[in-house]
Parts: sequence; C-alpha cells; structure tokens
Amino acid sequence: MAPYESDDSTKADEAEDVRSGRRKAARYVVPVAVVGVAAATIGLVPALADSGDPDLPKVTAQQLIEKIAKSDVQQVSGTVKISTDLGLPDLGGLASGIASGAAEGDGGSSADPQSKLLELASGTHTLRVAADGPDKGRISLLDSAAEYSVIHNGDDVWAYDSKSNEAYHATAPRSEEKKGKAPEDVPATPKDFAEEALKAVDDTTSVTVDGTAQIAGRDAYRLVIKPKQSGSTVGAISIGVDAKTGLPLKFTLTPASGGAAVVDAGFTKVDFSAPAASTFDFTPPKGAKVTEADESKAPEHSRKSGEDFGMGLGEGLGGLKTIGKGWNSIAEFDTGGQGMPSGSSGNSDVDGFLNSLGDHVSGKFGSGTVFSTRLVNALITDDGKVYAGAVTKDALVKAADAAH
Amino acid sequence: MSRAEAVPGPDTRPDLGEAVAAPAGATRSPGLLWTFGLFRSELATTFRRWRTIALLGVLAAVPILVGVAIRIETSDGSAAGGGGEGPAFISQVTNNGLFLVFTALAATLPFFLPMAIGVIAGDAIAGEANAGTLRYLLVAPAGRTRLLLTKYATTMTFCLVATLVVAVSALTVGALLFPLGDLTTISGTRISFAEGLGRALFIALVVAASLVGVAALGLFVSTLTNSGIAAMATTVGLLITVQILDQIPQLHALQPYFFSHYWLSFADLMREPVYWDDLVRNLGLQGLYAAVFGSAAWARFAAKDITV
Repeated sequence: MAPYESDDSTKADEAEDVRSGRRKAARYVVPVAVVGVAAATIGLVPALADSGDPDLPKVTAQQLIEKIAKSDVQQVSGTVKISTDLGLPDLGGLASGIASGAAEGDGGSSADPQSKLLELASGTHTLRVAADGPDKGRISLLDSAAEYSVIHNGDDVWAYDSKSNEAYHATAPRSEEKKGKAPEDVPATPKDFAEEALKAVDDTTSVTVDGTAQIAGRDAYRLVIKPKQSGSTVGAISIGVDAKTGLPLKFTLTPASGGAAVVDAGFTKVDFSAPAASTFDFTPPKGAKVTEADESKAPEHSRKSGEDFGMGLGEGLGGLKTIGKGWNSIAEFDTGGQGMPSGSSGNSDVDGFLNSLGDHVSGKFGSGTVFSTRLVNALITDDGKVYAGAVTKDALVKAADAAH
Repeated sequence: MSRAEAVPGPDTRPDLGEAVAAPAGATRSPGLLWTFGLFRSELATTFRRWRTIALLGVLAAVPILVGVAIRIETSDGSAAGGGGEGPAFISQVTNNGLFLVFTALAATLPFFLPMAIGVIAGDAIAGEANAGTLRYLLVAPAGRTRLLLTKYATTMTFCLVATLVVAVSALTVGALLFPLGDLTTISGTRISFAEGLGRALFIALVVAASLVGVAALGLFVSTLTNSGIAAMATTVGLLITVQILDQIPQLHALQPYFFSHYWLSFADLMREPVYWDDLVRNLGLQGLYAAVFGSAAWARFAAKDITV
C-alpha cells in the first residue's frame, strides 16, 4: 500500500502545485485590475465629460465683438489657469531676483505688485479672481502653501504676500476717475488679454467665429483672430466668449511656428453670483510688515509694468518710432550708444556668452544680433539701434535695411 | 493558551493568548466581535512597544524644537522666516500660536511622519515573521485576509495618532510661547479662533489621510520579506526615492502619480474660500495607492508559504 500511496500523493502533489501556482497568480489579477480600472478612469472620464461642442445660434464675428464690448459682468468669481511659454530660458530665479532688487531699490517689499508681475511671464499659475462691481475686486496668485493677493475695495488697494507675511497698501482713485479696477493693470484674466487683443483688430486682421466650445462648464463661442499679413510670429489668437454674458472665458495665443500656446489663460471654474462681502475685506494681520506706496508714483508704475507685459501681445510702446502697421509693426529706438558688441569685444568669454544668447546677422544696415523668443524677436544693431516686434527674423532684418 | 509565551524574544505577544481566548465560543464562525478583539490586541501590542512610543516622542519633539527656535530667533523683535524662507506658515507663528500646528505638520509631513509610518507598516507582517510569531498568529482562526486587514487598520490608526500627536504638541507649545487669537488665512481674510481650531483639526485629518498610501505600500513590502528591518528600510528608501524624483522637473509628467506629490495641498484648507482641487486629487491618489498595494499585499500574503 505504501508505495502506491506515495505515488498517488506525488501525482496529487504535482497537480496541487500547479493548481496552487495558478491560484497564487490569479490573486495578482486583483491589484492589476485595480490599476487598469484607475488608468481607464483617468483616461476616459475627461473624454466622457467632454460632451461635445454646445449647439448655439450662429453669430457673426462683428456681433460677437460687440457682445464682448457690451459685456457688463459686475459680479464674478472663479479660478483662472494661466500658462505662458514665451520660449525664454527659465529665468524664474533670475527674474524674481531682478524684480525684488528693483522693488528694494524703491524701498518696496515683496508684496509690491510689481515684483510679482514677472512671475506670471513663465510657467503655469493658478489665479483666483473675484469682482463685485467696479470698486471691489481681488486677484490671488496661488502658490504652494502660500498665496499672493491683490485686494481692491473702494479707495484702498492692498496686496498681501502670505509667504513673507508682508502687505502693501496704496490708495486707488475711485472708478469715476479711473476706469477699471486696479488689479486689472496686470493682464491676468482672459478678459484683460482679450481686450488687449481686440485693440489690435484692424484691416490687417481676419476675425472669424470658429464654432462653439464648453469652457468651465459654460457654453461659449470661439472667436479666432488671425493676422492677414505674413511675417508675424503670431499664428492665431482664440478667445472663448461666454454665450450668455459675453465675458471672455479663455484666451489662447498660438505662435506661427506651431507648438504649444505662448499664452493660454482660461477660467477653469466660473460663478456669476455675488462673492461674499468678506472676500474684499482686508486688515493687515498682526505683525505683518506694511509698506505704503508712494501715492504719486504707484499708479504710474503699475501702468508701465502692465504695458511692458502688453508688448508681448504685439503692441508697441507709446512714444517710440513704429515701422509698419498692424501685426507686423516693429518698434525702433535708438539707444544712442554702442549697442551690443557682437562677437568682437576682444574678450572671448564675453563674446562666447553673447553669441550663445542671440544669432549674429548682417545686412545693408550693418551687422547686429537677433535675440529671439517664441513670440517677440529683437534685433540690436552694432550701431546701437533696436528693432523689436512680434515678427520673424527676416522681417526684422528687412525693416532694418529699409530704415537704414 | 500559552502558545505565544512559549516563544522567547523581545517581541513576544502576550496579548495573542488573550485575543484567542476571548472568542472561545466563536471559533467556528469568527465574527465581527472576533475581528474587533484581534484589532484591539494588535493596537495594544503596537502602542505598547518601546519603539512606537519612541517614534511618537520624536514626533512630539519636532514642534517643541520649532517653537522654541522661533521664540529664540524672534526674541529681538525680528520676524521669523524673513523673506519667506523655511517651512510653510512659519512667518505667521509669532503672531498666532495656532500657526505652529500648520508649520509643524508642514515640517514633519515630508519625512518624519511617513518614516514613522514606514517603520510601523514595514514591521507589520515581516516583523512578526522575523520574531517567529507569524505562524502562531495564523493558528488563530482569523484567516489571513482578516489578519492583513487588522494590520492595515492598526497602521492607519497609527497614522492618525502620529499626526494628532504632532498637532496637539504643536498647539500646546504654540499656546505657551505665542499669543492666540483670530487668525488671517493665507488669502488675507480673517477667521475666528474657533474656526481656526476647526480647520487645524481638519488639516490634521487630511494629513493623516495623506499617509494612507505609504501605509499600504509599507504593508505590501512587509509581505514580501521575512525580515522586519529589510521591510522598514525598503519602505523608507522608496519614500526618499519618490521624494527626490518629485523634485526633478524633467519627470513632471509622472509626478502627479507620486504618492507624495499633493501632500502639501493640506495648506489649501487655509485659503478662503478653500481650494479643493488638489485636496481631492490627493485623497483620490491615496485611495488608489491603498487599493493597489492593499490588494497586492493580500494577493501575496494570502497565498504565501509561511515557513517561519
């Protein structure tokens, strides 16, 4: 009996082993299935939630622009996501260093709105905006475990940086004297960008309505602005306009060279009911360092910064000589100095560094260096002239030749 | 009923006998009461260990250190963390002691807390195997799944206790060294002290929930080996690796799936109104880690040959 028994049991053991091996492996189906379900959910839910473009009555581009102009949204709150990719090298630390240096030079603090401006010029940021009439508004820049808020309430404009616990206070003129609320000096919301873009609309521009879209859960028309001339680095500007209120909800600027959008600002959440009154109340917390703005200087400063930023949208700075028109306008100014030494300063280290920053070009105008980003190109000639615009390198050289 | 006592060593389980004894009448159909008894005995074993008490002591010491350091630094009237350096919220601590709770949690969440969880979770199964008590635990008619669930529940209880220890210690130190009162949210609005306390409690719960993922990962690692030390070291090593990978900008496409990526989102509870997006993402991610590694631990443990 014993041998048979042992034989049987060996066979049985083998079968048992195979079966238990399978059973062991089968258990791992559970975690794998969980991963699969999660991956499918992450992949499919946005696709399913995108229930297609809404069906809206047709409007012409003209009607839509009028709608934006007439739009009188007094009460709004929401979250805005803004991504900028100007193709600049990552200057995050450098830029904030310059900015804080500038702010310190003015005797300012880290809560000074100017020093926060440059931060928006690169990367992705989340902003929260709220407005209740022309005299109450706030914009907060969400940071990791900190927040930077600009709060406008009546005569007061407060800026508060929770990270350093510093506040900045300025007195703003009432809306009767100055149109718009103070935080709007910084183009941050899709509306600000859209207004800048619509300023550039003239006969060199084609404006079309390109269907509809769902933005932040609302039905919207898509307005597309394209330069008619060639030579501009601006490919197209697309503005998502809320069908009900006419408020621009999304602004996208794509470069002519293709690729990711240069500026992409859009509401991810929007609410048109009145924000809580406490949203606009601000008293500096105990122990916070409060910097008072120099009253005469502050508005001028912020306006200038706003304009600097606006230049990225193809606007020339006021008071400069402008060549060309529409999208291909090029700003020209004479620094009067020696300009950029382009590869011949005698110091090879410096030359190497400068040449790595820009491309050396020459033409009838002489020679110079072109500094390019994805949107704005600038030509600095050796005799100290600067040509800058949202145009291609060739167009810059042509303009410089013509001006010579 | 003296099985456990027969095993010598520092990790004897005097409670096991008690746990097995308690449901003597229910051996055939281990019910809810039995599970609860096992859980209670596990909890008592874990929290009675010297190493657990030492871990909690270290965690309680962190806010004391931070508080005293800020107090000394600012005794000349200067502001703490000038220029926004240091852990989150540190610049507000001198004005309101309640902020020490947030600072302490922000300071311990990246390493101290998950490291403590890694030690407890890594020890859960492998430690028993190492001490030779695992097979005795399995003699009890609990079933492996139930034992694993009990171990996971114990680890999660430790997550909560560890977080609350940090929070309570920070609140005590904050109240002793700094003034308390109405506080300013990071959005610049004011909330009452009572609401601030409520938010602090909520933040502690969110921080505890943020550790659920590491706990599941540690438990899974713990089922892979018979060495408690190896399991702890692997868990803590994985934690540090993920924390480093989370800092590398080139990996930004992967980072949203790292368990530590949204940990600091608890600070969003101090915004007005609260910014939920990242908080929800964090909790979802922790749930996903718990499901994946919890089920992987079950798949491994339920079919494992227990040889020691």
